[in-house]
Amino acid sequence: MTRTGFVLANLARRKTRAVLTLLSIVTAFLLFGLLQAVNVLFSAGADFVGATRLVTQARVSFTQSLPMRLLSQIESVPGVDQVMWQQWFGAVWQENTQLIFFAADPTRLRAVYPEYVLPDAQWKAFAETRTGMVVGRNLANQYGWKIGDKVPIASNIFPQKDGSKNWTFDLVGIYDGKDAEWQRNTNVGWINFDYFDEANLFARGLAGTYTIKLADPDQARQVAETIDTMFENSPDETKTQTEKDFNLGFFKQIGDIGLIVRWILFAVFFTLLLVVGNTIAQSVRERIPEFAILKTLGFTDRSVLGFVLAEAAALCVIGGLVGLGLATPLGIAIANATGGNLPIAVDHRVWLTGLAAIVLLSLAVGLLPALRAGRLTIVDALAGR
Amino acid sequence: MNEAMVQIRNVHKAYVRGKQTVEVLHGLTLEIPKGDFVALMGPSGSGKTTLLNLIGGLDSPTSGEIRVGGERIDQLSGGQLARWRARNVGFIFQFYNLMPVLTAERNVELPLLLTPLSAAQRRKSVAVALEVVGLSDRARHKPKELSGGQEQRVAIARALVSDPALLICDEPTGDLDRKTADEILGLLQVLNRDHGKTVVLVTHDPKAAEFASRTLHLEKGQLLEQATAAA
Repeated sequence: MTRTGFVLANLARRKTRAVLTLLSIVTAFLLFGLLQAVNVLFSAGADFVGATRLVTQARVSFTQSLPMRLLSQIESVPGVDQVMWQQWFGAVWQENTQLIFFAADPTRLRAVYPEYVLPDAQWKAFAETRTGMVVGRNLANQYGWKIGDKVPIASNIFPQKDGSKNWTFDLVGIYDGKDAEWQRNTNVGWINFDYFDEANLFARGLAGTYTIKLADPDQARQVAETIDTMFENSPDETKTQTEKDFNLGFFKQIGDIGLIVRWILFAVFFTLLLVVGNTIAQSVRERIPEFAILKTLGFTDRSVLGFVLAEAAALCVIGGLVGLGLATPLGIAIANATGGNLPIAVDHRVWLTGLAAIVLLSLAVGLLPALRAGRLTIVDALAGR
Repeated sequence: MNEAMVQIRNVHKAYVRGKQTVEVLHGLTLEIPKGDFVALMGPSGSGKTTLLNLIGGLDSPTSGEIRVGGERIDQLSGGQLARWRARNVGFIFQFYNLMPVLTAERNVELPLLLTPLSAAQRRKSVAVALEVVGLSDRARHKPKELSGGQEQRVAIARALVSDPALLICDEPTGDLDRKTADEILGLLQVLNRDHGKTVVLVTHDPKAAEFASRTLHLEKGQLLEQATAAA
């Protein structure tokens, strides 16, 4: 037997209690791993590394449309390969089901998003059918749409010229993704911009946002800065960021995600502190005579303090590592399931914060009971005082 | 048996209980030779356990001098006293005080974690200690799987395993039936006689005291008389 063996034997003393406490720590650190990953994602600054596409939006908000006249200037920036514009349609299916639909130019869409796999004939039909629309496979499957269907879609933003918000589009194509990741992302619908531009009541010649396909990913930052500088101090100031950061902007509309996450984490750890702290304190209270015997045998105050701290740390370390270990693949699964729109990663930054949290938690829950055990006087403890 | 194992000079011990200070030992002086087997008797509150705790280094006197094995233990710090206990004293209590999560052999091994012995050396010492108390066949059993007498034998093995010169026994048979108590006391006698251990035994039981070579009576914190058993 070693001192470590003694600590582990004591941990297993009340198996049900130990397992339940461990489960609460595992759950808390699983949550911690995922939430901290979200926190890291939303707290991170602009990251242009590996970006193949940029999105240019109005500097104030992406809800404010940019005019079409910026197109030629953006196209002229060195490093820009292709440019498309897209207008958020505000699509609503049936009663109140919101859908992700954009109005775009079919040819430019194809050029900027080569990841969409659609037969040439369907691309052609989309370009040539004014009321045409193409949708992703997931979306079509979800609502049972087939090519040739006339699909009634309402817009909660753009009425037609007659004032009606009800539109009808001809489904001319269903696209797939080029790989599994893109296939998960086939939940978007596209309508023909020319038709939308002509038929809607008020938004004429407004591009919404621009999506830029880069000639060279290494130039992402440079291209973004050039575009934004170009429109600085103009009525149409822009903010250009990577496609990933732009997508995150939708989530950020909810509020200060980082702050929300930090408050949730605080609540989780405060609760955990009470639960585990109470368990350790109770365990120490039950074993006062045993600690007295350890001291009688010659273990010093510091050794006894160390045993209790080690027990608390063992619980927190085992639970914390298992929790973070589970959070890691779950983070990948969530990132995949959202088609990369919420690319959270339980990476080394999350693990480092997690390890620091494990140390802090161990000290917070173990120190007071450990001090109590370390300071007890043998004679009083043996006499039950 | 002339060299002193325990020398106590004018020891006072007072406890503070709330607002009251209670003096338990009043200038007690005592000498216990090496290899002696002493029984301490007296009514409850007479200071027997307090004296035992002082001899075993579990507590410090308010004033006075205590030497055990020639070492002045009343001047040692808490940490020094702990290390001294580990090397020099074995303790046996009324309620055995074994660790419930450990097997008999692990309980016996516990004091050896404080020594630089290797795992193999520790295993050997544990086996010898359990052999001495006649419990080799119960080594892998946990305390709850043992009878009271067996638990006390494990406690004795734990007290013996680091080969201390002094055994401190606080009512070791108080929770046992007569027959088992006599077996345990017989074992202590063997340890005293054959292994040269100095034994200090606190008991209320006159029959238990008969196993000692002499009996000291305490009353109101002072020694009354000494009775030496017929050899």
